[in-house]
Amino acid sequence: MGSTSAHKNEGPGRRDVIKRSAALGLISVPAMGFLSACASSDGGSDKKVEKGKVTKDNPLGVNETAPLEVVIFNGGFGEQYAIDAEKKYNEAFPKAPKVKHAATQKIQSQLQPRFNGGTPPDLIDNSGAEQMDMGVLVGKKQLMDLTPLMDAPSIDDPSKKVRDTLRPGVLEMGQFDGDPVWIMYYAYTVYGVWYSQTALEKLDAEYPETWDDMLALCKKAKKQGIAGWTYPGKYPYYLPFSLYPFIAKIGGREVLDKIDNLEPNAWKDPAVKTAFEAYYELYKKGYILDGTPALTHIQSQTEWTKGKALFIPNGSWVENEAAATTPDDFKMMVAAPSGLDSSDKMPFGTIWASGGEPFIVPAKANNPEGGMEQLRIMLSEESSKNFTKQVKSLSAFNGGTDGLTLSTALQSGVDALKKAGDNVVNPRMQDWYVKLQKEQIGTAGIGEMMAGRLTPAEAIKKIQAFADAAAKDQSIKHYKHQ
Amino acid sequence: MQHGRYRFIVGFLVAPLALYAVFVIWPFIQSIYYSFTDWTGLSPDFKMVGFDNYTRMFKDDIFWKSLQHSVLLVLLLPLVTLGLALFFAFMLNVGGRRRKNATVSGVRGSGFYKIAYFFPQVLSIVIVALLFQFAFNPRGGMINSTLEGIGLDSFQPEWLGDPNLALICVMTVLVWSTVGFFVVLFSAGMASIPKDFYEAALLDGANRFTTFFKITLPLLWDTVQSGWVYMGILALGVEAFTAVQVMTVGPGGPDYSTTVLPLYVYQTAFRDGQAGYATTIGVGLLIVTMLFAAVVMRLGRRERLEF
Repeated sequence: MGSTSAHKNEGPGRRDVIKRSAALGLISVPAMGFLSACASSDGGSDKKVEKGKVTKDNPLGVNETAPLEVVIFNGGFGEQYAIDAEKKYNEAFPKAPKVKHAATQKIQSQLQPRFNGGTPPDLIDNSGAEQMDMGVLVGKKQLMDLTPLMDAPSIDDPSKKVRDTLRPGVLEMGQFDGDPVWIMYYAYTVYGVWYSQTALEKLDAEYPETWDDMLALCKKAKKQGIAGWTYPGKYPYYLPFSLYPFIAKIGGREVLDKIDNLEPNAWKDPAVKTAFEAYYELYKKGYILDGTPALTHIQSQTEWTKGKALFIPNGSWVENEAAATTPDDFKMMVAAPSGLDSSDKMPFGTIWASGGEPFIVPAKANNPEGGMEQLRIMLSEESSKNFTKQVKSLSAFNGGTDGLTLSTALQSGVDALKKAGDNVVNPRMQDWYVKLQKEQIGTAGIGEMMAGRLTPAEAIKKIQAFADAAAKDQSIKHYKHQ
Repeated sequence: MQHGRYRFIVGFLVAPLALYAVFVIWPFIQSIYYSFTDWTGLSPDFKMVGFDNYTRMFKDDIFWKSLQHSVLLVLLLPLVTLGLALFFAFMLNVGGRRRKNATVSGVRGSGFYKIAYFFPQVLSIVIVALLFQFAFNPRGGMINSTLEGIGLDSFQPEWLGDPNLALICVMTVLVWSTVGFFVVLFSAGMASIPKDFYEAALLDGANRFTTFFKITLPLLWDTVQSGWVYMGILALGVEAFTAVQVMTVGPGGPDYSTTVLPLYVYQTAFRDGQAGYATTIGVGLLIVTMLFAAVVMRLGRRERLEF
């Protein structure tokens, strides 16, 4: 207040100069300064360590004195399993300095500048909400081809290659176009319909194998004030965990492949429509827990473990994630989605299972052989068992559960896989087209339908338009099932 | 004389201006440069693509939606926040009954209210957003429980899960968390208005309403104007971004109902690996911000009162 610059005709006063420059600054500062904080620099000096000698114990030729740096996603699985495996690395290479370990949930914001600057760590668990886009990383040649690791002998049995010790589909998931393997998915996730055996027993019911049984059970539950289903309404892209295998079961796995390949009219397949209508019926009949469209994943899981709803579409990390709120007598189980009826193309048991926790070795890492060797150690039976024991999830290593006491959830996952046999489907939307899957199909399409704001026909039309736009978009890389 | 003076002023400003140029202006120029490239942000190699990003932006529905929401925020938020803050500040400083030895004073307990209003300021916006995310939870959240408690069992909105309400919820939280700052700011402004003006007005028989519009507001105009710009920048920048990112999660609310420009910039750069396109949207945001500042400066120009 008070007198300010009263120099109408005297040219610029001190305050005018300051004010003008301040105005310029004020309006520009908030807009976008932060982006150029990671302005691209030169590729960084190439200071890769020299390769070591290839021996029987060191098939990848790790430099025995080189340091190794590992960055782990500190999410549902924590970091202890990785620390344990890193100790094994140091035992194998005693001359190397202690493995440099870091755990974070902010994978992208911490690592993107390092990729851009050409100084990434040697091994990364590129997972979580801040996952870096794999398609872009592969397209920009930022990743190491892991084929040497796949062809290396496994730790437990030197006559077997690492690639032969993996669960079905894991290796293929790490490929994008052609042979190179860019990603090693370390966890093995069973997706499906999760429920409490105890809750079903209380209703004197068994897990429904057909949709009519499902509706009948939901009706029965509703009478007792229990909702049939809940899901993370704020992240409705959990719904596909049971919806996609349901579609495959009705119309065959080709339907999902067509969707993944972004083929024209893939979503207009009758199987999609039938499946959408079946799920929409859950909403129309009031079998969805009230308020579900506004819940986060944690909130919906908590309602579920509190017994307010019977079923939730989810993945096998839920056991660990919901442990704090799960009552002792909950008897958590997973099952393949109920089918529609006997005319389904695939048998009951068709399930979605695939690799989780994608590990990558950057092409510009200083010690890429060390990164791969660390993965080889993690894929040993001992480390895999340790992982399963600690985080209650299967690993990519096939087997390795013998002699472990498994929880009901983990055991039901193992059983479901056994029952599925070859009928495991693996839709790739969520690793090929993150935005399309999560934000467009998941949130704007299926989520809106399940909240009752779109009919199935409208949802399909909307999703098909998104898929067509993605197919035409030249700024994203497109993939096809081999 | 004039030349010498200008040179004299600038002479003192050389060092700060240089710093400013390097750390503020230069990144801007860089960003504009990157908006013409296909830079991914994940690798240092990129090439020029001309106006591709801009043509893409003009055809991008989500960009327009974000823009619409940002503009809505920048129009509504300052209006509501500053209006409320002016009302509160007036009540706290001059709105009270006349008491002994004081011609003007605030309502009873105004000292306490001042602290209560200011309190949200000490909380980080992330914490505020998280707290309200829980409060808005339709199952057992504070708001719906209260509604149920007063017998409104049938009225249980889904708040953040409802595309018609989500953005309003976010705005309410932003108002709640910022209004206190302006209450304090305006209180300081009002405190410096000489008491004689109020005494004179009272002697002339002016009521509170007239006092506010004829004395308080005109004398406070400079402060209000700065507040307006500041609030607009919060609405276009980091506060709006944080509230939307934390509260509505997902990609900006159900079906893009709360997505705002800074959020879209962030997602494009750090989720989709399209930093080049993100800087293009950033340029869009820059233009909106400049327009806003220009409009406010222009509209707010008034005769200065001196006292």
